[in-house]
Amino acid sequence: MRARTPFKVFRVAALVLVVLALLAPLAWMVAASLKTNVDIYNPDKALVFSPTWDNYSKVLQQANYVQFIVNSLWVAFAATALSLLLGVPAAYSMSRFTMRRSALVVLMARVIPAVSLLVPWYYVFSNLKMVGGFTVLILSHMFVSLPLIVYIMMGYFDGLPLELEESGMVDGLTPIGAFRRITLPLSTPGIATAGILSFIFSWNNFMFALVLSSADTKTLPVAIFDFVGYASIDWGGLMAASTVVTLPIMLIALFAQKYVVSGLTAGATKG
Amino acid sequence: MAATTTSPNPTRESSLTTSTSTPGWARWANRHRKWLFASPAMVFVAVLIVFPVAWTVYLSLTDAEGSVRAESEFVGFANYLEVLGDTDRFWPAVARTVFFTGGVLAVEIVLGMAIALLLWRPFKGEKWVRVAILLPLVATPVAVGMMWRLIFDPNIGMANRVLGWFGLGPWPWLAGEHSALPTTMFIDVWQWTPMIVLILLAGLTSLSDEPQEAALIDGANAWQRFRHVTLPLLMPTLVVAVLLRGIDALKTFDILYATKGKGGGSFHEVETLNVYAYGLSFDYNEYGVSSAVLIIFFLIIIGSMWAVTSRRKDAS
Repeated sequence: MRARTPFKVFRVAALVLVVLALLAPLAWMVAASLKTNVDIYNPDKALVFSPTWDNYSKVLQQANYVQFIVNSLWVAFAATALSLLLGVPAAYSMSRFTMRRSALVVLMARVIPAVSLLVPWYYVFSNLKMVGGFTVLILSHMFVSLPLIVYIMMGYFDGLPLELEESGMVDGLTPIGAFRRITLPLSTPGIATAGILSFIFSWNNFMFALVLSSADTKTLPVAIFDFVGYASIDWGGLMAASTVVTLPIMLIALFAQKYVVSGLTAGATKG
Repeated sequence: MAATTTSPNPTRESSLTTSTSTPGWARWANRHRKWLFASPAMVFVAVLIVFPVAWTVYLSLTDAEGSVRAESEFVGFANYLEVLGDTDRFWPAVARTVFFTGGVLAVEIVLGMAIALLLWRPFKGEKWVRVAILLPLVATPVAVGMMWRLIFDPNIGMANRVLGWFGLGPWPWLAGEHSALPTTMFIDVWQWTPMIVLILLAGLTSLSDEPQEAALIDGANAWQRFRHVTLPLLMPTLVVAVLLRGIDALKTFDILYATKGKGGGSFHEVETLNVYAYGLSFDYNEYGVSSAVLIIFFLIIIGSMWAVTSRRKDAS
């Protein structure tokens, strides 16, 4: 189907507008992070200003952000790895043995408001003297990661033909052997998709760390609030902190675009 | 709960038997692999989710408050009656939740559909447009909230400067008692319309070209082809998009907390049910009442999901 010229022009114009609307605010955040607080307040310095790294050195040195970056990385990696360990075999079973009702129980976790879990968790874990530690944070982030991984991997296993495993078993592999040596290697793209998405969701998660972390274990989304005071806001520092939190995720999305998109749209076209 | 043998679908289990040369424990593992694989995840879910939810139900029937360790008494449905009679905080929060969710869903679906249609057919530079669409979606919501907080600042924000170029404004945006909620909805639309675009685009690319071509031969114009061919074929995908986005929109918390702080601002301008329940639990320590709010909230979510999915069955 060939588009006519007026439509082409309209389409290009509309897409340029969409891209601008999506990217301009992000560019504005990065620009503000490179300005002094005086320049942020000056309308004449909106686009032309002399960039400074002061805000970043403030964020990384004074505000102890290196520690929070390490915290966020550790929690996201651990929650993702453990969720893959539990979730991939579970998704395999649920797909191969069509355990739809068991799957529904796991997927209910997507629907439940997280606040309703936080009160009981807080009670139990504070009795165990675990609130503020990494274990609780990692467990709570698995609450998001595990259902996500089960959901994505079930769709992936559903699409893998059973014949490959069967031919492996004809050649003498046990069912678990066939899973390990045939299905699992074939599932690498699916596992990458699920892992990357789980990492992003864990990195971005705010509410669990807000309640369950301490000053030493807090993750980046909570640490952003260090720049918001009751009376005034350090805009330069706040924008630098926001950029530090967001940039790594955006780079992942840039380089693993295919995986991120397939994870976000998983199950959408099956009806 | 997990009686899979009664499932109407035929199981995909292979009928091939395990080789006899393997040791006993391995044979046992292979025979029971279904539950061996599934149970760790299910035990995790049961311990960390089913048990806390059951506890929330119990707490909602008690007068628990103050410290989590304090003694509490069984009060029956008193919390529910208190909550349902609360026209000061609860019902406004319900109204805001419905307004927020309905509003952002409507705008995101229409905008998302329009953008997905623009992106449908391949073009030069497609890859870069797709990257631009992905970036807001993966950005950390709290950081996104802070970013818009600067842009919408009534005094130094870019939003009022842009309005000034057109001789409009200044508007209070997030700072206004009545403009705060629509402004947070705008932020939600900015961040999550790309999600709808991606889902609908996946649906559009999976459609076959034949019905389109047939309609073209029959002389249907672009709008007729969209209305009578594309839209009906896309309906199942659209329902999934509404469902996924709707659940998350009902539970929106991060951008509301980042832009307005505790309690949804000093006048509770953006206090939705989720923000209200959070405040009851962790600012006021009213665990009994907050649990009742959460159970009602949960029922609202389940009810809306049920309404959407039953419409899907009607449609097909």
